Amino acid sequence: MSIQNPLGHFVNGQGLWLTAVALSGVSSIMGAVNFVTTILRMRAPGMGFFRMPIFCWTALAAQSLQLIGLPALTGGAVMLLMDLTFGTSFYEPEGGGDPVLYQHFFWFYSHPAVYVIILPVFGIFSELFPVYSRKPLFGYVYVAVASFLIVGLGLVVWVHHIFPSGVAQWMRNFFMFSTMLIAVPTGVKVFAWLGTIWRGKLRLTTPMLFCLGGLFNFVFAGVTGIMLATVPVDIHVSNTYFVVGHFHYVIYGAAVMGIFAAIYHWFPKFTGRMPYEGLGKVHFLLTFVGANLNFLPMHPLGLMGMPRRVSSYDPEFAFWNVLASLGAFLLGVSIIPYLLNMLSSWVRGEKAPANPWNAIGLEWLLPSPPAEDNFGENVPTVIARPYGYGTGLPLVENQQSYEQALQEA
Amino acid sequence: MTLSNPPSQEHGHQSHNLTGFIIFLCSESVIFLAFFSGYALLKTSALNWLPAGVEGLEVHAPLINTIVLVSSSGTIYLAERFKAKENMALFRGFWLLSMAMGAYFLYGQYVEWSGLQFGFTSGTFGGTFYLLTGFHGLHVATGIGLMGLMLVKSFIPGNYVGGEQGVEATSLFWHFVDVIWIILFLLIYVWQ
Ligand SMILES: [Cu+2]
Repeated sequence: MSIQNPLGHFVNGQGLWLTAVALSGVSSIMGAVNFVTTILRMRAPGMGFFRMPIFCWTALAAQSLQLIGLPALTGGAVMLLMDLTFGTSFYEPEGGGDPVLYQHFFWFYSHPAVYVIILPVFGIFSELFPVYSRKPLFGYVYVAVASFLIVGLGLVVWVHHIFPSGVAQWMRNFFMFSTMLIAVPTGVKVFAWLGTIWRGKLRLTTPMLFCLGGLFNFVFAGVTGIMLATVPVDIHVSNTYFVVGHFHYVIYGAAVMGIFAAIYHWFPKFTGRMPYEGLGKVHFLLTFVGANLNFLPMHPLGLMGMPRRVSSYDPEFAFWNVLASLGAFLLGVSIIPYLLNMLSSWVRGEKAPANPWNAIGLEWLLPSPPAEDNFGENVPTVIARPYGYGTGLPLVENQQSYEQALQEA
Repeated sequence: MTLSNPPSQEHGHQSHNLTGFIIFLCSESVIFLAFFSGYALLKTSALNWLPAGVEGLEVHAPLINTIVLVSSSGTIYLAERFKAKENMALFRGFWLLSMAMGAYFLYGQYVEWSGLQFGFTSGTFGGTFYLLTGFHGLHVATGIGLMGLMLVKSFIPGNYVGGEQGVEATSLFWHFVDVIWIILFLLIYVWQ
């Protein structure tokens, strides 16, 4: 039995945790198989790949990452489980094993996992910026293809998480380079969103505010990401609050805010009720200020050398920590207007029309909420690319008949 | 895969199980890839790869095993051809033969395992050897099970009248298991 399982009980914390990792890996693979098959095989008539909404592109990209990354993590977890229960030595140096091998398995999935989270949010940004800027998405094809460049590159950057571990110098050089390269397709997307907003007729609704705030935070996270990709900087700030700050800007600042944008945007479609704008804007303001106040101080803390995963800190770190705690408190409070908004508008909000935001897309040709089988037998044929804002061109064949049916209903 | 296929024009009533299964196999292959690369990494960085008293692996019997397993890819292909020609007797015959060849492979694996001087916990060599051959053997057993299921289904009247994707999926799975074995054989037995 290994050191980590000193009592030798077959059922123990590590074993249960690893079984859970393996099980949820298998279930996520099944989910990914479902999504990818659906997108490849069950699109609406006429909807070629380059007529898909970007959200479908990014979902396809994210789920492809799941399909490639998760098996490696699951395999690595099975090997660790065997080390702990059967006494093999895959990762145990005493038996010739290599603990860094486990780190490789872990990060081969867990770097792409961040893209699994953020790619669909890129899809949300790409859906929403055109709606609230009244302009077609700038560079649709590039945004679509960039998703898969991110998949390809995202699979060969994982070693940046273990630069300080025992990895060869050539690996550090290679993975520093590949990590920096990923800024290119990501930058293409950011550029496309800015190009979409540029000179658009902006409507600063709650979803749009969340998108703009999320984009701002994402760019900031991108800058610190480039810093972390640089080997000397990374080794200096590894395991400090700098990493925590960077990660939270991505996950809360960009991903969670993008998901809030999506919730406000599609809420009328889901529920048939309009969310309250006033409460939504209060929610946005608290979230944006709270997130930045919470996560920005982590960067100076990291540069000063405060380690992560500690329960207490030296007095010299007090100033920034108090600020961060204040931000965390604001973030907690920000959930109150959100929940209030969701609950009250679902119960007694204004009835939502079929297309409250004047958006272009198949879902907006249906009543709010849509019938269970969506279009039933009357499935429209797509004849154009999405996001034809300001062009006046229809998205589907006989679009007027669908719009008329909505008005009569 | 089907990237170039146009989306289905009929709405919703088509079965896409086979597409899903192929995607699943692609994903499944990464688990083997992970084990293979783990094997290669541990082997190349090991000071004493073989446990004390072990000279290496005997290649002769596993080679015969390999030939049987790889040939079963051919017999299952023939079975599929006969099914396409609606010759169910020959389909079942070759299908059963492929199952038998798979079973022979598993038996051979069992015989080899029982004669070995090292166990699962004999260092990284023993660990990876049993992990790889065992995990692959599990797939062979699954394949035989799936083939048995399809064989039983073939006796239910009306089951195989068009649109039956189970046979196709099972035979794909079997080819997959064979290809994995070839890589495994090269890695473990040839590269010593
Ligand atoms: Cu990473």
